[in-house]
Amino acid sequence: MAYLSLAIWVPIVAGIATLVIRDDRDAAQARWIALIGAVAGFAVTIPLYLDFDTTTAAMQFVERVEWIPRFDISYHLGVDGLSVLFVMLNSFITLLVVWAGWVVIEKRVAQYMAAFLIMSGLVNGAFAALDGILFYVFFEAMLIPMYLIIGIWGGPNRVYAAIKFFLYTLLGSFLMLVALIYLYNASQSFEILEWHKLPLSLGTQILLFVAFFMAFSVKVPMWPVHTWLPDAHVEAPTGGSVVLAAITLKLGAYGFVRFILPIVPDASHYLSGFVITLSLIAVVYIGFVALVQADMKKLIAYSSISHMGFVTLGFFLGSALGMEGALVQMISHGFVSAAMFLCVGVLYDRMHSRQIADYGGVVNTMPHFAAFAMLFAMANAGLPATSGFVGEFLVILAAVRANFWLGFTAAITLILGAAYTLWMYKRVYFGEVANKGVAALQDVTRREFWLLALLALAVLAMGVYPKPFIDVMHVSVENLLAHFAQSKL
Amino acid sequence: MKADLATALPEITLLCAACFILIVDLFLPASRRHVSYWLTQGALLLTAWIVLTNVRADPVLGFNGMVVDDNMADLLELAAIATVSLMLFFGRRYFTVRGTFTGEMFVLVLFSLLGMLVMISAANFITLYLGLELQALALYALVALQRDKTGTAEAAMKYFVLGALASGMLLYGMSMVYGATGSLSLDGIAEATLSANASNRLLLLFGLVFIVSGIAFKLGVVPYHMWVPDVYEGAPTPITLLIGTAPKLAAFAIALRLLGGGLKGMEFDWQGMLIVLSLLSMVLGNVIAIAQTNIKRMLAYSLIAHMGYMLMGFLAADRNGFSAAMFYTVAYVMSSVAAFGMVLLLSRAGFEAERIDDFKGLNQRSPWWAFIMLLVMFSLAGVPPTIGFYAKFSVIEAAVNQGFVWLAVVAVMASLVGAFYYLRVVKVMYFDEPIDASPIDSRGDARVLLSVNGLALLALGILPQPLMGLCAIALTQSHF
Repeated sequence: MAYLSLAIWVPIVAGIATLVIRDDRDAAQARWIALIGAVAGFAVTIPLYLDFDTTTAAMQFVERVEWIPRFDISYHLGVDGLSVLFVMLNSFITLLVVWAGWVVIEKRVAQYMAAFLIMSGLVNGAFAALDGILFYVFFEAMLIPMYLIIGIWGGPNRVYAAIKFFLYTLLGSFLMLVALIYLYNASQSFEILEWHKLPLSLGTQILLFVAFFMAFSVKVPMWPVHTWLPDAHVEAPTGGSVVLAAITLKLGAYGFVRFILPIVPDASHYLSGFVITLSLIAVVYIGFVALVQADMKKLIAYSSISHMGFVTLGFFLGSALGMEGALVQMISHGFVSAAMFLCVGVLYDRMHSRQIADYGGVVNTMPHFAAFAMLFAMANAGLPATSGFVGEFLVILAAVRANFWLGFTAAITLILGAAYTLWMYKRVYFGEVANKGVAALQDVTRREFWLLALLALAVLAMGVYPKPFIDVMHVSVENLLAHFAQSKL
Repeated sequence: MKADLATALPEITLLCAACFILIVDLFLPASRRHVSYWLTQGALLLTAWIVLTNVRADPVLGFNGMVVDDNMADLLELAAIATVSLMLFFGRRYFTVRGTFTGEMFVLVLFSLLGMLVMISAANFITLYLGLELQALALYALVALQRDKTGTAEAAMKYFVLGALASGMLLYGMSMVYGATGSLSLDGIAEATLSANASNRLLLLFGLVFIVSGIAFKLGVVPYHMWVPDVYEGAPTPITLLIGTAPKLAAFAIALRLLGGGLKGMEFDWQGMLIVLSLLSMVLGNVIAIAQTNIKRMLAYSLIAHMGYMLMGFLAADRNGFSAAMFYTVAYVMSSVAAFGMVLLLSRAGFEAERIDDFKGLNQRSPWWAFIMLLVMFSLAGVPPTIGFYAKFSVIEAAVNQGFVWLAVVAVMASLVGAFYYLRVVKVMYFDEPIDASPIDSRGDARVLLSVNGLALLALGILPQPLMGLCAIALTQSHF
């Protein structure tokens, strides 16, 4: 079975089918079609995990069809330990997002659902593509649904945020296109795996590094090209924030392990100090920025940037420990950030405010919800037994091994993360009931309860027993490190 | 003789048909004008059919080397005929409600198409120039078609004066090349320039400068672009559609026949000139387009930028580059026809729908047309999965292949600037509230064709190989 093709096309076809419902009076039908599409989209990714062979670093579930023979471009799909989990994560999060938007979205429901489903298929395509141009097409096409999601269903300043998001990401990806074409001319192939073996001089490698780095660092986002993210997050609807934080940021990080490290290893070594510095700035400085935010979504957005700093830090330490820590951190952050944004969404739907100052004492009126929020806050702060701990711990360990002061600086995040998350938690949830709005709050509905429960389960399972996740990626990480260690000069 | 006729059969058919329609129309009352309309469409279909049935693998020269029939000509001619046909379908209502649905309009359109076909299949300076003038004269008249509208006279005058200047330059350049080589046929010139000695090299170089200027005028690239926005804005919208699309196919053909064919020996010289033209067009076109509030002017600057990208593929000066440039031109024409088709769709009696604001809230008025316009805009911006992306991809590939990596980087940076104004159209359609709630009504055939045109941008974006492959084959099998 062509599971990867199914993972890409089932959601896209379901999204197009949803668009047939044009009238908002028939929104229920659109919701059901979308839910069926999302469930089917997730179901077809399960065999990817069950049938995954953890003993090999080779690509699995490979599909290859000639696509544009004029330039030797093929529809070449495949996953290894680095990408398979993200395909699943994406399909899972899409399911949650469709469900989370169930009654909340009342305006142009069919288009909303369709945008997320099509987005999901495109993201799966980017994670599974083994052809440079195929990757690029998916990578860039996903800007269109996200642009519409932010712009149509977003907050008051949505137009600014949508255009900023689009242009920022486009800047990087255009340079990447030139790099892809350059690699094609050097190797006469668009196969990413061929490029892993292509010898390149250091000067060329550095230029290619810059082009790819522009594309992926904007997407991650790394300091100082992160400024689009807080805007996009604040203005996007809840579902949009969830997908942005949980999925598209991962795609940027994924670009590092699929393109930058194996294709230009010498430049990566040469510039690793630069990237590590940027990552540490993201971890520490952005952590401080998060501390002073008055808007919950903005706070979580900055916390995302800080957490993603750990990911890029882990990649460039050059050890298996750091690499695996970074990958685990990516998946964990997918769950935790999704959960945090959903929590803000739950509050926002009731109070129509994201300002921390408008809340206080929510625990008195929404006890169940507060318990969930507590768990996710702890995970965000990296408490042991939650998924947030595993990745951060591994990366810090790797950093200490590389250099004590590196590890020391990175570990500051444990304090900062706890500070900004728990301080927010204290102000929003604890204390006396702050105002009439909070007093009138209703606890989570059954739909919201199950949404949060699913994520809570994932966060705890990954925190207590991360082995199934690490096993899947282990061999591929070893293989990636071998490529990274081997000079191409 | 028979073989000669076969090489020019499409042109001959079209000429006869145009004369026939001119006479028939004289005897038709105004209420039966649709007969001329359908006769015109029939003439286009017949010409297209003749082009298709005469497709040959090898190029054939006819009339003592005056015209050539090769695959590139066939492909470009079909594209030009289809464009004109679509223009008539999309513009029928527009012409009707403005009282310009007249016999002379059909005949002028057919004559301008005839000029384009002659340009496309010209193999000699004389035929080339004849085609160019025929096409241009018919278009000057068409711009002034709606006499009572302010601005059209100005646009027509500007178009005429500057167009005549450009033709003059081209002719002047041709005369110098003739003086230096002693030949009018492109093959003869190619032979002479490849073995040119130093004394007439200077003369050739002067001739080349004028020829490149003439071509640049016709393409509308910076710094010969001044006429483009004004003519676009002033002309009736269907005529703007016509000016912005089919003649670019013909201009591409003459550029290829003159520079890639006849003056191949001076490749190094014209390459340098085209780099400047391409660079300026990409940057200036995209930057100035941002300031436009009129969608026709915006598309005019977009055209200028797009022709710059096309030249970037062209200046790679190998078959790969020429086929990329050809693919780019065809892809641009497809997107551009649909863009003007959308403007025409929203226009009605007394309302031109030519401000960008007229697209406000289109998604609420009609999600389908908003989606089609979205495809058009992303195709023009070069965002996958639309055909515009592959067009940009192929020209960048051609440039990088020849070592112009820096030019490719400038090109993508200019595209980034360009993305902004295309995004703005999407923004007003999807994010803003409508200011005009009147229902969109138009003829059924125009709706179907516009939808097909829009969806083709997506379909060819998902599977670009057929068209890309055709352009590659057309060039490898062609005579230039």
